Amino acid sequence: MLRKSWAIGGVVLKEMTRRKDFYVLFILTAVLTVAMGSVNVFDDTRMVRYLKELCLTLVWLAVLVIAVTSAARQIPAEREHRTIFPLLAKPVSRWELVLGKFIGCFLACGIALFVFYLFFAIISFSRERELFLANCFYAFLLHWIFCAVVVAMTLLGSVVLSTPSANATLCFLAASSILFLGRHLKQIAQSMHEPLRSVLQVGYFALPHLEFFDIRDLVVHNHPAPFSAGDLALVTGYGALYTTFFLVAAWAVFRRRPLSA
Amino acid sequence: MSEILRIENLCVEYRTSEVGQPVKQAVRNLNLSVKAGEVFGFLGPNGAGKTTTMNVLLGFVSPTRGEAFLFGNNVREPIARQRIGYLPELTYYYKFLTAEELLRFYCQIFEIPKSEQGSRIDAALKLVELESARKRLIKSYSKGMQQRVGLAQALINNPDLLILDEPTSGLDPLGRMKVREIIQRLKNEGKTVFFSSHELGEVETVCDRVAILHQGELRVEGRVDELTRRYNCNLEQVFLKIVGYEA
Repeated sequence: MLRKSWAIGGVVLKEMTRRKDFYVLFILTAVLTVAMGSVNVFDDTRMVRYLKELCLTLVWLAVLVIAVTSAARQIPAEREHRTIFPLLAKPVSRWELVLGKFIGCFLACGIALFVFYLFFAIISFSRERELFLANCFYAFLLHWIFCAVVVAMTLLGSVVLSTPSANATLCFLAASSILFLGRHLKQIAQSMHEPLRSVLQVGYFALPHLEFFDIRDLVVHNHPAPFSAGDLALVTGYGALYTTFFLVAAWAVFRRRPLSA
Repeated sequence: MSEILRIENLCVEYRTSEVGQPVKQAVRNLNLSVKAGEVFGFLGPNGAGKTTTMNVLLGFVSPTRGEAFLFGNNVREPIARQRIGYLPELTYYYKFLTAEELLRFYCQIFEIPKSEQGSRIDAALKLVELESARKRLIKSYSKGMQQRVGLAQALINNPDLLILDEPTSGLDPLGRMKVREIIQRLKNEGKTVFFSSHELGEVETVCDRVAILHQGELRVEGRVDELTRRYNCNLEQVFLKIVGYEA
């Protein structure tokens, strides 16, 4: 089963490398970072941190765009271009198709992340003359798990919502809201009256806490990572759980959906 | 001869999006079987239920009632599609891939061993005369070339049953002749072909048996020569009589 999904994932990867989205986003991030880095007002030493923070924020934004836009169009594009018909006329189940699409987008995000973090490491090293490789590696790994959750969530959205653009916008907003506001949801809930309080509290416990995967502050300030391998495994398991849930939900919606050739 | 394709009491109903509209019955109580080695023509006017039936056979649509089987496997199971080749009416292939990449991808889907993939791809491309364009992206192909890629992908797994949905639609006379040749060749090799077409002269030439569907119901089924003898006219006139067209 996995072999067919890998083959589908390979096609997704090939499509992404032949599209220009990734290259445009990478060039944009690089140009913005280098342009900002060339300005050093008042010879401020904090400029390096500012530059690192800016570069990482751009990386997060660019990779979120890549993850959401690539996953949002996968299944709708197959239906729109009707390539889904010759594919599903072969011994491929709809679960293998969903899984294959996930694998392709997840791998593409991994490659994009690697290039972006390599660029970040070069920028950091050029300014600080030392490199906190462990931090960069943890940031990369957790960021990749974040991508897995976002890609799976967007794939679910793509089989529920009819238009890819609406799905991409919703998923982009949802992921960034959870990322930046998710951690504050419990505090916000406490300041609310019932029944909104309960609703927000349920949201706090039900939504994936994407902020767990964001260790930008540690990387920017060069703090040693305060977590063990066990913590890392726990967060990976947490991400895997949500990813599986979204993928199974996507398959459950998609498996009985009629497709008319 | 063993049964390759079997349809039992198949009913497919669609709900229209308009409120208060009755359920649309696309296929009603269809029973059909195709034996190994037959070339079977599946005929009917537009909206008769041919494509819906093919959609059920290929697992795109679930039947409301009844069952369909390919090689004894229920069409709901992906394994039922292991030994079939499908050529859709229009070309729907990944345009960012080359013909060779596309065929390799389908080889992987059929789990054809890597050592065999190269020779299968070479043979398929040779058959459809696309060897010289194998490294070009499909988006740069002409319509005829894209149709030939479709034929190559339908044959890549050396299928025992070929399902063709109006295979000659939109092709020039040369392309039609090529498709006819391939169907004839498959027939000589003992393969089963199930196809829908509006080209009744072509159907009469290549088919052993035909079924004519009208308004979702099977109106007539039988050997081409028996039908033309029974109605004392050619297949086109038989078809017109069955669908109630009086000249």
